[in-house]
Amino acid sequence: MTTDNWTEIKAACEAALPADVVAYIQRYQGTAHSESQLIAILHMVQAAAGYLSKEQMNAVAQLAQIPLAKVTGVATFYHYFRLHPRGKHMINVCLGTACYVKGADKIGQRLMGDLGIQFGETTKDGLFSLESTRCLGTCGLAPVVMVDDQIHGPVTPGDIATLLDKYTKKEKVSKLPVQV
Amino acid sequence: MTATMINLTIDTEPIQVPKGTTVLKAAEQLGIHIPRLCYHPNLSLEGACRVCVVQVEGFNHFLTACSQEVWEGMTIQTNSPQIRQARRDIVELLLDNHPKDCQTCDRDGQCELQKQAYRLGIRDRLFEGKRKLYPVDESSASVVRTPEKCILCGRCVRVCEEVQGVHNLSQHRRGFETVVGPANLAHMDDSACIMCGQCINVCPTAAFLEKDHTERVWDALSLPRGIKHIVVQPAPSIRAAIGECFGMPIGTPATGKLVTALRRLGFDAVFDTNFGADLTIIEEAHEFLRRMGGNGPLPLLTSCSPGWVNFLEKFYPEMIPYTSSCKSPMSMLSTLMKTYYAEKKGLKPEEIYVVAIMPCVAKKYEAARPEHAMEDGTPYTDAVLTTRELAWMIKSYGIDFVNLPDGEFDRPLGISSGAADIFGATGGVMEAALRTAAVKLTGEELGPLVFEEVRGVTGLKEATLTIAGVDINIAVSNGLTNAKTILEKVKAGGKQYHLIEIMACPGGCVAGGGQPYPPDTMDVLDPELPRLRAQALYKIDSDKQLRRSHENPAIEHLYQDFLGEPNGEKAHHLLHTHYHASLPRGIR
Repeated sequence: MTTDNWTEIKAACEAALPADVVAYIQRYQGTAHSESQLIAILHMVQAAAGYLSKEQMNAVAQLAQIPLAKVTGVATFYHYFRLHPRGKHMINVCLGTACYVKGADKIGQRLMGDLGIQFGETTKDGLFSLESTRCLGTCGLAPVVMVDDQIHGPVTPGDIATLLDKYTKKEKVSKLPVQV
Repeated sequence: MTATMINLTIDTEPIQVPKGTTVLKAAEQLGIHIPRLCYHPNLSLEGACRVCVVQVEGFNHFLTACSQEVWEGMTIQTNSPQIRQARRDIVELLLDNHPKDCQTCDRDGQCELQKQAYRLGIRDRLFEGKRKLYPVDESSASVVRTPEKCILCGRCVRVCEEVQGVHNLSQHRRGFETVVGPANLAHMDDSACIMCGQCINVCPTAAFLEKDHTERVWDALSLPRGIKHIVVQPAPSIRAAIGECFGMPIGTPATGKLVTALRRLGFDAVFDTNFGADLTIIEEAHEFLRRMGGNGPLPLLTSCSPGWVNFLEKFYPEMIPYTSSCKSPMSMLSTLMKTYYAEKKGLKPEEIYVVAIMPCVAKKYEAARPEHAMEDGTPYTDAVLTTRELAWMIKSYGIDFVNLPDGEFDRPLGISSGAADIFGATGGVMEAALRTAAVKLTGEELGPLVFEEVRGVTGLKEATLTIAGVDINIAVSNGLTNAKTILEKVKAGGKQYHLIEIMACPGGCVAGGGQPYPPDTMDVLDPELPRLRAQALYKIDSDKQLRRSHENPAIEHLYQDFLGEPNGEKAHHLLHTHYHASLPRGIR
């Protein structure tokens, strides 16, 4: 009887990740500085799933043989990595200098109030995630809000309800399942 | 080839040092101790705390002495008013978000942050910084993590990775939010932690501590007479180190005073883990000889170190069949106390309360394992105190340890051979096993006593011994990165190893995670520390009449009277255990 649990662990980890990520990890396995592929691997995982789940980070650690503490240390260090499911629509409030002096903080407050979430969080229905960002290079339109890849500006707190409505309504019409 | 020498000036004194020397080390050669916090001579450089800054001519910013290598013609000032001010500012800022609870903190008087604050002249707290409020993590049976006391020096992260190869800790998040913890900032009992406690030893503050068992021991000791029979067993390493807590020089044997102190604290019987060690040797030597006879896989790996057992189960579960099924000396003796000794005394097992004094924090976990409990679930070992905890209890009780008369262990579970004393040193279990195995293999009563090839604090030692015409390949490792090396060699095949001793802590039990914090003159991972403490054990051993475990008359009597044959059915039932793969699986 074997006392080793590696076969089951490996199988479970491979099942937890997309096939291309597993292949990518395997390609670099045993090569010099293979651990320096960690950020690239995490990017791939996040691109596929929208965020980094504990299960997937563990799978990356086991398959790439990088200590899990290092994986989660890196994942929590970089703002780009998300540790929670991302909403269907990404709202970015620009808090760059131009937008800020034009009242971006009030826009942010209004969004947090209307959505009932803080920056970095996702609404319960999985529709919106709220983030802050620095300059988007559209200072002429300040203050701006970016929803997915669409820039809206200049916006006032009063515009927020209409803006959100547009996306909520579209959702009702399309009846697409919400991706969480 | 001689190293290129560099000429430089430190505080107006010229000095010549080899190329590659750091400013901090060059200054030490001149007797100048530059303050430091994150720096540790036995770990990699971090350069995080900036306390060791110095002024270098030609630079308008300060350089860190720990990481800056010297160059030809360098002129350094280590104590200008600006430097003193900068260092004071740095430590003041560290204190600003540190709890103000020195008087009630476990590390009071032994805290490096406190010492630096005093040394740098911080007599006032000028700023009231934002505090880092994190809950205390008491989930682990062995190690308590208090992140609000952490100053982010990274020593625990480095010792866990570089010395132990466990890499359970990492800095998470960034900036003011940075916090050190296991993966996902999960609880310690849900992590790859193997509970060796080296993070406690290297921590400059109280961010890591052992799980307190003193409270339950005070409670037991203060029960009215006759309710519980309270017995105690100190491990070999305790006698070699506890004197340090009372100002005795490192490496002073203190067996007799230890026994007296335990009696004064109120223990009803003072037995010796050494007895368990002798018994372990009998059982393990028989297991070894059986496997040498083709019955079971080789090499045989020792199983005394609970940190190593945790590492085995999390990192190398495939090596479980190779590992000795013997319980550790502590658990063997605790088992006997609640079976054999209880029977002798006419007591029920639950009327006996067993306290073990260990140099180790993983023993607290071992004691709580279900494998080491009676059928009704009561543990054989009720409490495990570290050397530090016991020293504190002795101080708290007002016992003048240094001037105590020598006492003697109670019989019969306090009788032991010198082979048991050396268990605390790396290579000691191997040497003890070889003393007995040599006699059993050759059939000659006077086999070799001293095996120099397994002594010394080197991390990994290998040797081939010829006993009774048989070549035995042995290895001794301490510090788990060395365990990895030898296990990988075993797995790779080629050389057939026969017997391997593995200890989790660097230097063996004498430098365990529960041992005294060394005095200011020595750093905790300095190999000199376990070397001196081991010297005390070898001294105790060589002064004894009994040198081989199987010569211990009390052990002989125990087998005749109670256990039957070594490795026999009863011995197996009471003195052996089993292991299983456990999660989360560690990354090796």
